[in-house]
Amino acid sequence: MSHAKKSRFPLLMTFLVFGYAFLYGPILSLIVYSFNESRLVTVWGGWSTKWYGELLQNEQILSAAWLSLKIAAISASFAVVLGTLAAMALVRFKRFRGRSMLEIMVAAPMVMPEVIIGLSLLLLFMAMDDILGWPEGRGQTTIVLAHMTFAMAYVTVVVRSRLAHLDNSLEEAAMDLGARPLKVFFAITLPIIAPALVAGWLLAFTLSLDDLVVASFVSGPGATTLPMVVYSSVRLGVSPQINALATIIVVLVSLAVLFAGWIMVRQEKQKQRENSQ
Amino acid sequence: MSGGQMSALKLAQRLPGAAFLSNGRHWIIGLPWLWLTLFFLLPFLFVLKISLSEAVLAQPPYLPFIREIEDGAMTLVVNFGNYMLLFEDPLYRTALLNSVEIAAISTLLALIIGYPMAYAIARAPQAWRLPLLMLIILPFWTSFLIRVYAWIGILKNNGLINNTLMSLGLIDQPLEILYTPTAIYIGIIYSYLPFVILPLYATLIRLDDSLLEAAADLGCRPWKQFLTITLPLSMPGIIAAAMLVFIPVMGEFVIPDLLGGPNALMIGKLMWTEFFNNKDWPLASALAAVLLVLLIIPFVLWRHYEQRQEQQGEAR
Repeated sequence: MSHAKKSRFPLLMTFLVFGYAFLYGPILSLIVYSFNESRLVTVWGGWSTKWYGELLQNEQILSAAWLSLKIAAISASFAVVLGTLAAMALVRFKRFRGRSMLEIMVAAPMVMPEVIIGLSLLLLFMAMDDILGWPEGRGQTTIVLAHMTFAMAYVTVVVRSRLAHLDNSLEEAAMDLGARPLKVFFAITLPIIAPALVAGWLLAFTLSLDDLVVASFVSGPGATTLPMVVYSSVRLGVSPQINALATIIVVLVSLAVLFAGWIMVRQEKQKQRENSQ
Repeated sequence: MSGGQMSALKLAQRLPGAAFLSNGRHWIIGLPWLWLTLFFLLPFLFVLKISLSEAVLAQPPYLPFIREIEDGAMTLVVNFGNYMLLFEDPLYRTALLNSVEIAAISTLLALIIGYPMAYAIARAPQAWRLPLLMLIILPFWTSFLIRVYAWIGILKNNGLINNTLMSLGLIDQPLEILYTPTAIYIGIIYSYLPFVILPLYATLIRLDDSLLEAAADLGCRPWKQFLTITLPLSMPGIIAAAMLVFIPVMGEFVIPDLLGGPNALMIGKLMWTEFFNNKDWPLASALAAVLLVLLIIPFVLWRHYEQRQEQQGEAR
């Protein structure tokens, strides 16, 4: 590093400190006020954990959370299958008819406003119901279909970058030794891209768990997801129970990310050790 | 395998299309292609169709496209009224212009805030980079809705900022921030900052240091190095970041709804109101169609640019 760069480092560090304070300040305030005795969220009334107790008694939130987790797990799993296929198609087959169309259809859901995705899918589901008699009504199934569609785009991006950097000499060796393509995929390709599949699955899972807009459009009277409950309670004003819920989510996510980070660091060290031997 | 099964298998292989389907390549390409065509492209045709129909108080709340007039004779009824209304009623025009303005300004602000952060992470010692990036991504994994909600408690009249400023004696009247455009900007920049930093970081980290060193050796000042080398070379990242903010923000609903208050006019929020509160599906569809057409232009230009970049990368 040259001298000029070093002298600029304090300035850059200041940017970073302010940036991270901006990103984490609001989350921190949510956590602190979730332990507030007072119902008025922003007036401090002493430490208390009573909102956590009330949250765990709140049947509506609990059942919505369960439904959301179910939808997220199912849609993430299907999204990983479809997203991996799309990534394989785009990385392995350089030229095919409809390639640029697939490129566009894979990139578009990531930037498409959710209100458009939600409305258009609702209209599709109603038309399908009319013509095919499926999916009957709206609810869990339609939310899963909608979530897999926009989540698969994200999975494609993650898996694609892993596949693109893959050294395919192992696969070629297996093919030369007479392994069938499907066998090569399950015995060699899949284990190598597994970390990307896990990352893609987690991303799809979080996106589904977080989605308010699309689910509101395509859901029916029977299916109320967690974001829908949170939204209707937040619209009425700030509520300490939502702060408690937010704190639980933040803690769980941080633990998961720390765990993932720890695994990555350990793998990195192992790789270095193997290389030095 | 018994003889019967064998011949059944052979028969199946001889069926037309069997060879096509037993080719793995066709499945790998065909399945995602079909899925996205059915669940991503086809739905837009329905939006177009409903936007050309008339709203009624019924279930579903619009009149069918093709109607039976008498004795089984069918007629096609196309209603452009929804689009006429969008162009005539100043409400929708204002919402549209507002959305463009808010999306453009917040994209610019997010770039101004995100660029130095991405640059600092790219310039940080190698061991710090991964943890620093993780810290950028972490908020993205926690609920978007809840992060927007956090700002209500901070910005409202008896919220964190106003309480702090009043107790310090800096102001005697609370500042009106919540339910103003300022609150919308804060919410958008806050929520979309990771989408700006990640693509910028990805291009900045690939930057060739030797160019900067050569420029420095030749006596080029740091700010000039930045303007003539770093900034132009990071253009792909800037464009990707701008698109990842501008396009979705144009249709943003949650942020204007929670932080902008009842008077915030943005097209995504208006669509939501027309659909859920007024039950005017055709008008909501017309709004969606107009928004879609507006967004296709920057999207196509961006994809075109990305593909050209990729081809240049491969050619090198």
